[in-house]
Amino acid sequence: MTTPLLLSLKLALVTSSLLFVLGLPLAWWLAFTRFRLRFLVESVVALPIVLPPTVLGFYLLLMLGSRGSLGIFWEHCTGHTLAFSFEGLVVGSVIYSLPFAVQPFTAALASVDRRLLAASASLGASSWRTFWRITFPLAFPGIVTGFALSFAHTMGECGVVLMLGGNIPCRTQTASIAIYDNVQMLDYAVAARQSITLLGISFALLLLINALNRKRNWRLQ
Amino acid sequence: MSTPALQVEIQLALPQFQLACNFQARREVVVLFGGSGAGKTSVLDCIAGFRAPQQGRIMLGERVLFSRESAVNLPVRQRRIGYLSQQPALFPHLSVRQNIEYGLLDLERSERNARVDAILERFRIAALAASRPAAISGGEQQRVALARTLVCEPELLLLDEPLSALDLALKSLLLEALFDWQRERAVPMLYVTHEQTEAYSLSSRVLVVEAGRVVADGEPQQVFNAPLRREQAALSGYENLFDAVVVETHPALGTMTCRVAGTDLLLEAPLAKKAEGEAASLAVRAGDILVATVRPSGISARNVLKGRIQSIEDRAGMVELRVLCGAGDALETAFLVHITRGALQNLGLQAEQSVWLILKTHSIQFLRS
Repeated sequence: MTTPLLLSLKLALVTSSLLFVLGLPLAWWLAFTRFRLRFLVESVVALPIVLPPTVLGFYLLLMLGSRGSLGIFWEHCTGHTLAFSFEGLVVGSVIYSLPFAVQPFTAALASVDRRLLAASASLGASSWRTFWRITFPLAFPGIVTGFALSFAHTMGECGVVLMLGGNIPCRTQTASIAIYDNVQMLDYAVAARQSITLLGISFALLLLINALNRKRNWRLQ
Repeated sequence: MSTPALQVEIQLALPQFQLACNFQARREVVVLFGGSGAGKTSVLDCIAGFRAPQQGRIMLGERVLFSRESAVNLPVRQRRIGYLSQQPALFPHLSVRQNIEYGLLDLERSERNARVDAILERFRIAALAASRPAAISGGEQQRVALARTLVCEPELLLLDEPLSALDLALKSLLLEALFDWQRERAVPMLYVTHEQTEAYSLSSRVLVVEAGRVVADGEPQQVFNAPLRREQAALSGYENLFDAVVVETHPALGTMTCRVAGTDLLLEAPLAKKAEGEAASLAVRAGDILVATVRPSGISARNVLKGRIQSIEDRAGMVELRVLCGAGDALETAFLVHITRGALQNLGLQAEQSVWLILKTHSIQFLRS
């Protein structure tokens, strides 16, 4: 019973960490590029927001399954299939939660005063130093928000996980699917316990973000 | 002569005009003077590296900062140029001390600390070292920004109206610190301003920028007292501008008589290279005109004009009179005259009152058309 919850937490943590590593450079590019077709990339990033999870899950299944190109490559490298595995869930979740991380990241990076970045450059700082010493700290609240949103979004996802991971206990049965499962079996007591736990975690997470951002704003004033 | 410390030859298409700026500077303070939108900031941006010119070359000493010909465009961080604008742009999440040491992070800690301590002391901001920018005043923020720029030992200083948001006392304090530093280090310094008084006090060399071009280059007296162009004259505080025709020249007296176009009003002006019948533009400062309630006699001034006060307006620190003058009964040429509040009270001036305006010959300037 704790296993689906732990699995969800693990999936959410791995997904949001990966999104931090992959999404931050993408967000930086989106925030600062003058590339004309930027809107195209933005639209692709935002697609998972409007796409039904089942549609996304279906395509991912095709791609990651044992006949899909990515699935074949993975099987060749690791010896087991990507679909119906935890790794497969991670790939699906990263794509599904991409906009929830990248959009707040981009907004936060773009809102940093350009005059500060110009000042940093004229004081001899490299782009790398400017990013880590000025841009990142000043965009930090938005970056925490993106991290937490992608975490919470992954915790709650259901459709993609079901399509891609099936419902294999201890491997791909996450908390939200376990709840669905228990309701199907009319086991309302267990479903209620699991639901209240998820609700608590989500709420606590939002409280934590707000508290962090408020403390920080207070420090800057 | 040694090579100039700074050589700028740049061309850049801006929305309103084509910027084409050529000038050189030695290790001196040079004022870039011009109205807003004249292209001064764009020139600084090109030198600092925030913008690339389309054509030209920028050299700092022996170093090529930009050259279209040899495809060089040094990134901002490698130019070693200090840039300070009206906004201090301090990093809000760092303390004053961390802000100042930001440009020195590659130095060893002991040397870095020594340099930061020295500049904190010099700019009298040591007490603020632990504060964050939001906790200190605007004047202090600008002082920190200046210290942060200078501590990096830039090879050129670009200042874009850095002190225009500060009050006079603070301004002179900061200017003093800045100029002391400039004299010690002997680095070239470009100072942008649109205030004439500031240009006078800052430097012995002023470049007047207009629509992206340097249209005058010289000492402030020279540049401002003999305005070359109408726009520049208006900017330099010549409130009265007239189109006129040369009526008669008096080479022996060093003067010439001009008639204000479309009127019978005659003005005695200094002799210029103009033939009789030729058109000329005249400029007079509102503050160079005297007002009398009775016709003065036994006076050296050659221009005594009859007029009537049309309006009286109280401005900050002075009073602006609008006076209609003319040769006969037709009063049709308007002069703006600046007098003090004390003079206004003393003479008891009121609208519609008849007065006499007195202009010395040499207070009238010719503009190059």
